[in-house]
Amino acid sequence: MYDNRLAYLYTMPAVLVMALFIVYPFIYNVVISFSNMNLSHFRNWDYVGFKNYLLVIFSDDFWYYLFKTILWTVLNLVAHVGIGVFLALLLHEDIKGKTFFRTLLILPWAVPQYITALTWRGMFNSEYGSINLLLGHFFGIQVPWLSTEWGAFTACLITNIWLGFPFMMIIALGGLQSIPANLYEAADIDGASRFQKFRNITLPLLKPVMVPAITLGVIWTFNNFNVIWLVSNGGEPSDKTHILVSWVYEAGLNYFRMGYAAAFSMIIFIILLMFSWRFIRHTRATESVY
Amino acid sequence: MKRNFYRIFSYIILSLFSLFAIYPVLNVFSISLRPGDKLLTKSLAIIPENWTFDSYINLFVKEPFLLWLMNSLIVSIAVTIFAVALASTAGYAFSRYKFRGRDSAMIGLIATQMFPVTMLLLPLFVMLIKIGAYDSYLGLIIAYSATALPFVIWQMKGYYDTIPFSLEEAAYIDGAGQVFTFYKIILPLALPALAITALFSFMTAWSEYLVAAVLLQDQTLYTLPIGLKSFTSNMDVAWGLYSAGAIVVSLPVVVLFIALSRWLISGLTLGSVKG
Repeated sequence: MYDNRLAYLYTMPAVLVMALFIVYPFIYNVVISFSNMNLSHFRNWDYVGFKNYLLVIFSDDFWYYLFKTILWTVLNLVAHVGIGVFLALLLHEDIKGKTFFRTLLILPWAVPQYITALTWRGMFNSEYGSINLLLGHFFGIQVPWLSTEWGAFTACLITNIWLGFPFMMIIALGGLQSIPANLYEAADIDGASRFQKFRNITLPLLKPVMVPAITLGVIWTFNNFNVIWLVSNGGEPSDKTHILVSWVYEAGLNYFRMGYAAAFSMIIFIILLMFSWRFIRHTRATESVY
Repeated sequence: MKRNFYRIFSYIILSLFSLFAIYPVLNVFSISLRPGDKLLTKSLAIIPENWTFDSYINLFVKEPFLLWLMNSLIVSIAVTIFAVALASTAGYAFSRYKFRGRDSAMIGLIATQMFPVTMLLLPLFVMLIKIGAYDSYLGLIIAYSATALPFVIWQMKGYYDTIPFSLEEAAYIDGAGQVFTFYKIILPLALPALAITALFSFMTAWSEYLVAAVLLQDQTLYTLPIGLKSFTSNMDVAWGLYSAGAIVVSLPVVVLFIALSRWLISGLTLGSVKG
């Protein structure tokens, strides 16, 4: 009863576009990663085997930026999930003005990412940016945000926390709404405390909803080019403020070390693939309904 | 007593985070209203002294903002139409049919989400230099559609999965063909998911900076993100212009996003993160 020809017809346009603009560049990237392509060997490149991969793995840059990327991802996710779930719990209660608060709180998600990044860069300006003005006004301190290594990192972090928590909040809110109310009623009869209800009902039932969202969040944050690049204006000060993906961009498209950058991209991809392999295998995306 | 305490605590926390969420927006708005000679001020007032719409007027009259707007609209609308057409059909096939290569294709779609942006950008860049095909919208439109597609196909498939197959069976018994059933019965039911797909693909194109910055060199082809970024290279004089532009560019998508957020929530929880 399944007309397979129709299935191919339905998928073909999408598959063609993706083959041309995802699969083909991907294969080409693999080819470049085994070559010595750079500015002086742009057209007359040769295969150099695994040289680029070894170059990446034995460079200090790689381990330094890997450390920063992991730190960046962990701090962001802790903040996103922590703030998101916390606010979702508050919004799930029976309070007045729920829609009003929810609308304000998803605002950061709705603003285009590059505008968020450029705007926060302006706000972190050490002399006229509103953050230092506020800090000076209330606490009498000035922070050299964008001119120091960890100041710039923190600035990127705050920006990304701002734009990322609404996603987790909305997912958690959806999860909370799907928990049957009678579970809480039963717990009330048993005299469970607020904390016990949270620990034994809310948390376990929220987990299956949050795990896929967190996996996606890790992947997106690990590869978040825009915030790092635009807030730090391309890695300032002196190429210190990078995560792996922005460093690859710098190496490949600004310094034109194409072979090196292509191998670097592959390594990032492999890291993420290993991280999320369990998630991919267990996802229901590949299950058909019938 | 205890209940009241929780309630007040909730309101305080929600208000604080709402303030955190809205402050950058107020800040941009405030800068966009500043008169040209007061751009660099140490005042924290939201409505500046001698506020004026000069920045907005200059944006449209003196700067090529309208041109960028048109360029971005052309690209974004094309991407939206393209992505909705391709994802609505492909998602349906992935949801309803068993065919060779289906499972590996679905896994492939998820794997693309792990690509660092350079994975496709670098080869694309090298290819374009070699064939000399810089500066065209077509490349941009197809590149955006291709990057948006995996996610929206996945999310369309998730939504179709929630529509019971008995609907199709009933239609087939009444003698409807497969194509007719899809277009006349299933597709209208998938309207919320189509809205999300449209919004997501529109926003992908409307807000994309990096690919456009690499592919477009000709200033007359600039899209909004590259145009607005160009203001920030000398913040001293163009901070007001940037802020006015940021407000004009964000306003429609923010309104759209919030208006559709009800659908968005159900779409996301049903589609991509089906527990």
